[in-house]
Amino acid sequence: MHEIGLMQDAIDIAVDRARRCGASHVRSVRLKVGEDSGIVPDSLRFAFDILSGETIAKGASLEIETVPVRCYCHGCAREFISKSAFYECPTCGHPTADVHAGREFQLVSVEVD
Amino acid sequence: MRPRTIEIHEAVQGHNDQIADRNRKRFKKAGVFVVNVMSAPGSGKTQFLCRTLADIASWGQSPYTLTDPVHDRAHHPFQSAPGRIDNRLRMAVIVGDIATDNDARRLSITGAEAIQITTGGYCHLDAGMIAEAAADIDLHDLDVLVIENVGNMVCPATFDLGEDLRVALLSVTEGEDKPLKYPTLFKRADVIVVNKIDIAEVAGYQRDVALDNLARIAPQARVFEVSARTGKGMPEWYEYLNSRVRTVRKETAYA
Repeated sequence: MHEIGLMQDAIDIAVDRARRCGASHVRSVRLKVGEDSGIVPDSLRFAFDILSGETIAKGASLEIETVPVRCYCHGCAREFISKSAFYECPTCGHPTADVHAGREFQLVSVEVD
Repeated sequence: MRPRTIEIHEAVQGHNDQIADRNRKRFKKAGVFVVNVMSAPGSGKTQFLCRTLADIASWGQSPYTLTDPVHDRAHHPFQSAPGRIDNRLRMAVIVGDIATDNDARRLSITGAEAIQITTGGYCHLDAGMIAEAAADIDLHDLDVLVIENVGNMVCPATFDLGEDLRVALLSVTEGEDKPLKYPTLFKRADVIVVNKIDIAEVAGYQRDVALDNLARIAPQARVFEVSARTGKGMPEWYEYLNSRVRTVRKETAYA
């Protein structure tokens, strides 16, 4: 929901790193978004289009890598990927709230020239 | 210059979360335990909090009657629950709504300080609003700060305010599959309150189905089944809140 604030931050970091490496233009920005992050990729794209306009990232492409939810079952001592809203161990069936991956919002890399 | 890739691999926190972190540090330093209460509109957040504030403030004293300052009607007298909480908890509340200060007026009748945030259209409270509202509160004179979020099950779920405890509240009239329809809110809740159990039967509430859904979606949460109106189930919530506050206080004292 707060894609605007998050994207502003991501662009600020991307632009800062680009400048520090002596680049004058950002060609693309790569993000990782967890499937349980509550962040909607389409809203990120919309925010990116608006916020990048006045920066050296104007016209850059946005690549979004979604990260599946990876949970941990303490009873079985194993990780599993969950594709449903129920994070239930495929072995014992118990629900878990221990989420190892799938809630992230990460700036992976920036392509510059 | 030829194109090249700069590897970063860093979490992006976002503006709200940076302010939330500052809030959290400030509250911790002042020894204030912060609770964020979220639900759909009309689930009973305000009455749940009025009951909580009134009971904890007047523990062991005579029955308390809540009057509705908006409609000028007397509600049911709140019978203080039996038992004691050792040492009163001093509580204040920040409440958010799109419009009116009705909820702050209701909450302040309990004797607690109640600050109203009217968002004017913004559908959730954010960390910046809390920082601003909390600036007017003497935090050193406070044990617990409760935040009653804007009635909304979507947006508040992903906005950190700097709280210690996240409470998701739903009532028996909302459907047993409510937690499945708003998974983010329930998955991130520490406490889930099922309210209005006094009208469960007339509402056709299927308790087994509802509790099963909650256990599957939110195994991490402690569930309380209450009626804020009659007071049933509330003492268990007070004990839980009290023990959470004391635990944090002990940790802070030894830090």
